[in-house]
Amino acid sequence: MAILVLAEHDNAALKLDTAKVVTAARAIGGDVHVLVVGHQCSAVAQSAQTLQGVSQVLLADASVYEAHLAENISKLLVDLAPHYSHILAAASSFGKDAMPRVAALLDVAQLSEVIAIVNADTFVRPIYAGNALATVQSHDAIKVMTVRASAFDATAEGNNAALTLLDKVFAARTQFVSQSLTVSARPELGNAGIIVSGGRGMGSGENFGMLEQLADKLGAAVGASRAAVDAGFVPNDLQVGQTGKIVAPNLYIAVGISGAIQHLAGMKDAKVIVAINKDPEAPIFQVADYGLEADLFDAVPELIASLG
Amino acid sequence: MKVLVPVKRVVDANVKVRVKADNTSVDTANLKMALNPFCEIAVEEAVRLKEAGSATEVVVVSIGNKAVQEQLRTALALGADRAIHIDTEDELVPLSIAKLLKAVQEKEQAELVIFGKQSIDGDNNQTGQMFAALSDMPQATFASEIKVEGQSVQVAREIDGGMQTLSLPLPAVVTADLRLNEPRYASLPNIMKAKRKPLDVMTIADLGVTLKNHQTLVKVTPPAERKAGIMVASVAELVEKLKNEAKVI
Repeated sequence: MAILVLAEHDNAALKLDTAKVVTAARAIGGDVHVLVVGHQCSAVAQSAQTLQGVSQVLLADASVYEAHLAENISKLLVDLAPHYSHILAAASSFGKDAMPRVAALLDVAQLSEVIAIVNADTFVRPIYAGNALATVQSHDAIKVMTVRASAFDATAEGNNAALTLLDKVFAARTQFVSQSLTVSARPELGNAGIIVSGGRGMGSGENFGMLEQLADKLGAAVGASRAAVDAGFVPNDLQVGQTGKIVAPNLYIAVGISGAIQHLAGMKDAKVIVAINKDPEAPIFQVADYGLEADLFDAVPELIASLG
Repeated sequence: MKVLVPVKRVVDANVKVRVKADNTSVDTANLKMALNPFCEIAVEEAVRLKEAGSATEVVVVSIGNKAVQEQLRTALALGADRAIHIDTEDELVPLSIAKLLKAVQEKEQAELVIFGKQSIDGDNNQTGQMFAALSDMPQATFASEIKVEGQSVQVAREIDGGMQTLSLPLPAVVTADLRLNEPRYASLPNIMKAKRKPLDVMTIADLGVTLKNHQTLVKVTPPAERKAGIMVASVAELVEKLKNEAKVI
C-alpha cells in the first residue's frame, strides 16, 4: 500500500514543509504519492514531482479548492483513502484544519504532530506542551496523521515523479470571504536557520524594529511570544509556542521573553538558544545555552553594532 | 439560537507535569486542575453572544468522571445556562469524544457549536473538526472573531501566514483561538447561582454510542534534557561564543 502526503502550498509555490513530510513518509516505507489540491496550481505539482522518493503526484485543480477549505478537501482525501495505508500532512494551520475531518469520515483516530516514526504503525508525538513524549501504536487500517515538519529534514530534489490529474470535484458550503497574508522579505519562521524572537519586554510594536534590524544582519526570521502578540505588538502569525509555530532553528535568540511553558514548547528543540533578559530569575535562562542578563535596550543595539 | 460548548478538564496551564517513573503516563495525581483555557474562551464567546442577543441558550457539555462537574460548574458560573455531564472513567481519543458529542447534538440541535481549538494536555487539536465532519457541518477553526449574521456566521481565523475570513451557513462549528476574547472572572454571586443551574448526568450507554479501540499507548517518556547552559557577561562575549564555540553565526 502506498502513502499519501497532502501538499502544503499557496497555489503558486510548494512549501518546504511538504519535502519534510515526504521524509517522514519515506521513513514509514512504501510508495509515496503527493496530493496537490488547489486552483491554478500546476507549478506546485511540478515542484512536488521533483521531490526524491515520490513516485506519483496527484493534482486536483479546481476553483472550489482555491481557498484550501477543510470541508471539501477532506472529502477528496476520503475518496482517495482506500488506496493508501497512511495519509500525512504537515501540522500546519491547513493540515490541522483538514486532517481530523478526514480521519473522522474514515472512522479512524488521528495522530497529531508526529515527531518520530518508530515503525509503520507506531509513532512518537509530544503531549503536555512537549513536557512528555507519547509513543502510540495505531490499530486503524488507515493511519491519518499530521507531522511536525521541524522534526524532519527536507527530502532532496532531482526527481521526476509521474503526474496524474484528478477530475472529481467536491463542493463546500463554507464561503471564503477574504484573506490577508503578511508579506515579508525575511525567511519563514518554520524554515529559518536563525530566529530572533521578542516578548513582552520589548514594550511596544515600534521596538520590534530593533529586532528586525538584528534579524536582517543575521539573515534571520522574526518571531514573538504569545505575550507580545496578545499585547498587540506584532501579528499572530509571528507567535512561537505550543499553540503558535513550533520551530527548531540552528539559533534562537529570545529577547525580553520570560520563558512560559507554552513558549518553551515552541522553541526548545532549537540547536542553540540565546536568552537576553534583565530578570536573572526568568525561566528562559534554564533552557538557554547562552544567557545574557542585560537590559535589552542596551544589549540589542550593541549586538547589532558588533555584527558589523 | 442555541449554542453548545463542549469543555474539558485539564491540568492547570501553569503546572509543569512529570512523567511517571514507570513510563506509563503523566503523573496527574494531586495536581491543580482547571477548565482548558481554549474551552474557557469558547464558553466566554457563547455567553457574549447571548448577552448581545444573538444566542438564546448556552449549553455546556463535558465527558469524564465525576470530577468534570467542577469545570461544568465553572462554565455555569461564567454564564452558561445548563450543563451535561457524560459520565465515564475511560480515557477516550478525540474521535470517540466527537462521536459522543454528535449524539448530544442530535438531542440538543444547537445551531452553533463552539469548541476550544485544542486541549493543553493531549494537544491534539482534533475534536471540533471531527465533530463537524461526523455531523456534516462546515467549520472555521482557530477563530479570533465571530459575527453571527442571520442564518450564517462570519469567522476571522488565524492561519499560518496571517488571517482568513470565512462565512458558514448555520448550523456550524467554530473552534476558539487565544485572541477570540479574554474570559471574565466569575463573580461570587454567579458562582453561587451556578450551583443551582441544571446539570444532567448521562452515560455512554444512554447516548447509544458504541466506541472502538483505536490505539495503544506504548509508553510515555520525558523529552531529552537540554545541556545546562552558561551565563555570559557581555555582548562581546556572547558574539565570540556564537562565532567560535557554537559556530552558528
